[in-house]
Amino acid sequence: MTSQPVRFYQVGSFAVGNRLLDDDARTVQSDSNRTNSIDSGHRACQGCGEALGARYALDAAMRASQGQLVAVNATGCLEVFSTPYPETSWRIPWLHSLFGNAPAVATGVAAAMRVKGRTDVRVVAQAGDGGTVDIGFGCLSGMFERNDDVLFICYDNEGYMNTGVQRSAATPPAARTATTDVVGPEPGNVFGQGKNLPRIAMAHDIPYVATATVADLHDLEQKVERAMEIRGARYLHVLVPCPLGWGSASNDTIHVARLAKETGLFPVFEAENGVVTAVSKIRHLAPVEDYLSIQRRYAHLFGKHPRTDIVARIQAIADQNIARYGLLGDESEDETKWVEA
Amino acid sequence: MLRQIEGSRAVAETVALCRPEVVCAYPISPQTHIIEAIGAMVKAGTLAPCEFINVESEFAAMSVSIGASAAGARSYTATASQGLLFMIEAVYNAAGLGLPIVMTLANRAIGAPINIWNDHSDAMAVRDSGWIQLFAETNQEAADLHVQAFRLAEELSVPVMVCMDGFILTHAVEGVDMLDQSVVDAFLPRYEPRQVLDPDDPVSIGAMVGPEAFEEVRYLAHLRQLDALERIPSIAAEFAEVTGRQSGGLVRSYRTEDAETVVVALGSVLGTIKDAVDLRRDAGERVGVVGITSFRPFPGEAVRDALAGARRVVVIEKAFSVGFGGVLSADVALAMDGADCTLRSVIAGLGGRAITRRSLEELLGDAARDQLEPLTFLDLDHGAVDRERARMTSTRRSGPSAENLLRDLGTERSIQMKDRS
Repeated sequence: MTSQPVRFYQVGSFAVGNRLLDDDARTVQSDSNRTNSIDSGHRACQGCGEALGARYALDAAMRASQGQLVAVNATGCLEVFSTPYPETSWRIPWLHSLFGNAPAVATGVAAAMRVKGRTDVRVVAQAGDGGTVDIGFGCLSGMFERNDDVLFICYDNEGYMNTGVQRSAATPPAARTATTDVVGPEPGNVFGQGKNLPRIAMAHDIPYVATATVADLHDLEQKVERAMEIRGARYLHVLVPCPLGWGSASNDTIHVARLAKETGLFPVFEAENGVVTAVSKIRHLAPVEDYLSIQRRYAHLFGKHPRTDIVARIQAIADQNIARYGLLGDESEDETKWVEA
Repeated sequence: MLRQIEGSRAVAETVALCRPEVVCAYPISPQTHIIEAIGAMVKAGTLAPCEFINVESEFAAMSVSIGASAAGARSYTATASQGLLFMIEAVYNAAGLGLPIVMTLANRAIGAPINIWNDHSDAMAVRDSGWIQLFAETNQEAADLHVQAFRLAEELSVPVMVCMDGFILTHAVEGVDMLDQSVVDAFLPRYEPRQVLDPDDPVSIGAMVGPEAFEEVRYLAHLRQLDALERIPSIAAEFAEVTGRQSGGLVRSYRTEDAETVVVALGSVLGTIKDAVDLRRDAGERVGVVGITSFRPFPGEAVRDALAGARRVVVIEKAFSVGFGGVLSADVALAMDGADCTLRSVIAGLGGRAITRRSLEELLGDAARDQLEPLTFLDLDHGAVDRERARMTSTRRSGPSAENLLRDLGTERSIQMKDRS
């Protein structure tokens, strides 16, 4: 008997408490025998989405691999807050090399395991959005192209938070960062072409690509488990709000992540071999204002001189996502797997 | 078994005898023949078990090696020139993590201007990285050094770079006595990592280290290099016992007994220097040569001993620190601190320019007559340099210097041709 009584929170979100589920459908986190791959006592900020995402993802990966897991970490918040000398939060074998090479280092670990006949040992590489979409992009694409047996997890907090909130290629339009100041006619980050890594990953035709947020941790765990059933290059893109960089309240992390999904700004879906196989439908469609207005990085769009024009452009991005991924409609079509289980 | 074999092929086959488990490859001239040959062996199954991984850049090549080595696999890669610079962040990282990766560096110039030919600029660019750097004089030594390199790297948990001159060695076909598998197996024990990514005994590798311990970590790396100063000669001696060949070691002297003028150099140019020394000896001059095999760690004491008694030391090197002078010269000067001798620095063979016996003979003559400047650029075309300087003085938009020089040289040649016809 590994389960324990779990408190049930009704948050108006359709989230279901573990208590209502059968033992085998409960989350890894609700299991008192979970690994605690990244243990408490680390130095992440209050309300850090990345620490939460990493904890769920790695514990799920540990369960899926029966504890035979190696993690490779890019430089970034997760690496820094988890290992200031002489402390480490990692209860799993963990290697940090550089900012831009985590996918290649993971390839090397996987190759070593293969050559030694230890294919039971699975490899996870993890990085923030900078280590994924910017400086790690070349190595990541190479790892995808070779279809190396690595699950790469990007914890996307939409900027270089560890160095003090600078812009990355994953920073959304209009957002304020330390290098996209809110001055001039187009304050904040530019409306560029964007760099949608999940879609770029899909273009490599790798076996599995998925997105998730820390608002739906059942879904995150389930996607890690699905990814671990597959061999080859797999990519999981997790949206992890950063209270510091986004200017959101520490106790709003889950709320902000949920609104990212419910507005359509962050589509949550799964794809196999380059084809979308499932999308998480929007349950309560929300206008982008609901999401933007609770983050100080967008404060310049509201207040005395509201920039409704810019908000409208952001709404157009959400609408485009909704159309592209079919985010509206009957949710029972796509998202009932764990409820039924 | 003695074979007529290309240097790259000899290295590839010797590396295969060392049973590497993960080999990464990203092609760059003049390293290509090495990784091509290893790739073919893995594909054919003659080198097994081994994972041969074609990566998308040198940065990835070293990074994959880092991951593989940290997971306990014997790891090898090869590169040159721009490739080494492209992976330099990972080169430092491998040394900092203490991972015993072995890498062949097919020495080549660094651009701009782009140039695929041999010099030692690439090796010098990473001399402070924490890697052991061994320079091969011949293809025989290049092959042998790889066996010693794996042994040394794994004993000390330090990565080792075997430097062999691009094209001059890599693409030269000559007789190499190839080792037997049984000899290599007896010489090179199974890799027992000091640290390894093991789910049954989890450790964190590569953690953040602040000022409270960083200096100590660095000093430990220095101590390991000092240990290497002891191990390099003893491993070479053991190798000599098994094979009957003198390969590796710290320094090697040639005709330095009673020598007043001693030349110091790295790599394949030592052969030509020895020929020039022989000729000067025949003419009655007391000259000799000291070849440095281990550039890092730098064997200061061994160099000082080898140069004891010399009145003039001439360091010939295929690289230099722009705005300063010879890199090796500075190390030799420090080793000779307080010794009663003059030190002259000669920069030669940049970008593949041939270092001829005739030029060396003249150089040795000048040295013997104490006519060498402290810093000399061998066979430098002063006329071409002066003409470009003049163009730069007379015209603001004088254009790209490299292209100007080539045009100038072409014009000069055609004038010479016309004069001849």
